[in-house]
Amino acid sequence: MYAVETTGLTRKFGDFTAVDNVSLHIRQGSIYGFLGPNGSGKTTVIRMLCGLLAPTAGGGRVLGLDIAADSEAIKHQIGYMSQKFSLYDDLTVDENLAFYAGMYSLPREREQERIAAMLALAGLEKRRRELVAGLSGGWKQRLALGCSILHNPPILFLDEPTGGVDPKSRRLFWDIIYDLSRQGTTVMVTTHFMDEAEHCDEIGFIFEGTLLTSDSPTNLKKSLPGSLLAIPTPEPMALLAELEAGGRPYLDVYPFGASLHVLAAPDKVDAFAAYRPAVIPPSLEDIFVYLVKSHRKEAVA
Amino acid sequence: MRRLRALLIKEFIQMRRDRLTFAMMIGLPIVQLLVFGFAINTDVKHLPTAVYDQSMQQDSRDFLAALTASEYFDITEVAKSHEEINAAVESGRTKVGVVIPPDFAENLKHGRSATVQVIVDASDSMAASSAISAAQLVGQMKSQEIMLKKLQGVSGKKIETPLDVRIRPWYNPDFVTAFYMVPGILGIVLTMTMVMITSMAIVRERERGTLEQLIVTPLKTWELMLGKIIPYIVVGYVQATVALLVGIVVFDLPVRGSLGLLYLLTSWFIIASLALGVLISTLAKTQMQAMQMSFFIFLPSVLLSGFMFPRESMPLFFNWLGNLLPLTFYLQILRGIILKGVGMSVLWTQILALTVFIAVTLAIAIKKFQKKIA
Repeated sequence: MYAVETTGLTRKFGDFTAVDNVSLHIRQGSIYGFLGPNGSGKTTVIRMLCGLLAPTAGGGRVLGLDIAADSEAIKHQIGYMSQKFSLYDDLTVDENLAFYAGMYSLPREREQERIAAMLALAGLEKRRRELVAGLSGGWKQRLALGCSILHNPPILFLDEPTGGVDPKSRRLFWDIIYDLSRQGTTVMVTTHFMDEAEHCDEIGFIFEGTLLTSDSPTNLKKSLPGSLLAIPTPEPMALLAELEAGGRPYLDVYPFGASLHVLAAPDKVDAFAAYRPAVIPPSLEDIFVYLVKSHRKEAVA
Repeated sequence: MRRLRALLIKEFIQMRRDRLTFAMMIGLPIVQLLVFGFAINTDVKHLPTAVYDQSMQQDSRDFLAALTASEYFDITEVAKSHEEINAAVESGRTKVGVVIPPDFAENLKHGRSATVQVIVDASDSMAASSAISAAQLVGQMKSQEIMLKKLQGVSGKKIETPLDVRIRPWYNPDFVTAFYMVPGILGIVLTMTMVMITSMAIVRERERGTLEQLIVTPLKTWELMLGKIIPYIVVGYVQATVALLVGIVVFDLPVRGSLGLLYLLTSWFIIASLALGVLISTLAKTQMQAMQMSFFIFLPSVLLSGFMFPRESMPLFFNWLGNLLPLTFYLQILRGIILKGVGMSVLWTQILALTVFIAVTLAIAIKKFQKKIA
């Protein structure tokens, strides 16, 4: 059974189509990474799933509940954390947790037990009486997560939870996500970071409102229609111009850091031998470059 | 209930922590009352006056004494030429210039009409109208007195004026401006705090993203609204109490009607203002916008509600416009109960107007609020 299922989910703002015909299937208990550049529609999809926005067309189910008709019922079942870490700065750590415990009407005994658990999870036991305003990014992030999972939701939506947080805090945060996933919580998370995406069970890549692909990282990496060559060069742009002018049989070519990546059909690899290329396994970034270009019809499919 | 209680606890903790806003909510009514109550006096008296008496006789001195006795004019300068009078008024040293011609006493003696010129600085219209009516009154009284004396001298009998208009200023016989201002300021302070602080408090939650977080919890729209409104009803009552206390203790404000009724009807106004605040919060995207929109309500409230200027003299359109403001009706309730001592039987139209205002504003606010969620 799927924790999240959508069919043809679409949202327009005036003439602008923010989300276009997105059909998602997220397995229960999995970590689903939702990737895409800024403004590609990630947040809009999550907001529709959480009942913050109504879809213009299409629909979906979260835990079997209809996102349009049962949005109030869905709210009892989900945890949601936005990129802003929506905490009250002028309340203490304890007061924030108690407030959200009240919002989810936790019974008194359970409230104390859950608050203690969340303090332990965020590592904030010793700072529980401090104002949130004084906490740094990583602490706020873990506290915000604690507030959104106080009521033990079976599904958790995280909208860019690791923006503006140091690498150590990011790692700590992901350790918590893995733990939750092991305990059976379904997690849908949007991110910019490819290393984070690698750790997801499945990745959906959304671009200009369209879901380009949705698969496991391993399968995605197998999806390139050729071999990936890396040509080290101090002048990637010059070499790029040379290749584009030279009529060599590449499927795609683009600068990648201090080298040039060339996608070539397996039997055409030899044509680039003069540049001493290394055949490399594609990274997720290579996959997305390819997906975006083929979406725009710039690369040969 | 658990959710609403958690929300209320949160609101009160936040209110307590925000010392500055809290101090403002209590301090504002006190400061405003003291400043407005003492500084503003619509009955302008003791205007500095320059005098150029060319007659310099008993009659002219009598007339000047009558002017001073009216308490409206204080002779602060004695001029020796028309130029000096002009200079005094022009420089602003005096608001009034009185010129008595050389033939003043001569004309009076021979039963001719004697003229006095009163120059008034009308760039300040309130002072000018006070000066004009006072000078006219003194002039009429003086001529009546002279006329009666003359008639009595001719007939030898005691003569009385044919018309005797007796004026009884009810409700505020001594024209104490504070009595009129204090209820008004109470209404103004409530408008300002209720509309501005609620709208800003809700918009702040939206700006910080906490509103979005609240919307994904099972919290109901009506719970959220109540949670935002109830704390400010309490604040409103605290402000009203502070304002009334200052009025009674400092300005000897008489409360002639029922204090209980006043408190009861205050809730209508507080809720109407809060509804307006909630409505603004659904329109404003930033706290700055919320503040600007609040001023958009606040200024007409000061000008059109009858707080400063009588609504009777307004052009019809602006009179109607004033009827859209809750303060207009609340002022009538306040002044009615405090100064006139009237009750429900007189005030029901105002109560009805406020009720309609609340119903319409809240209905729009709730509708708009839900749209933002959906």
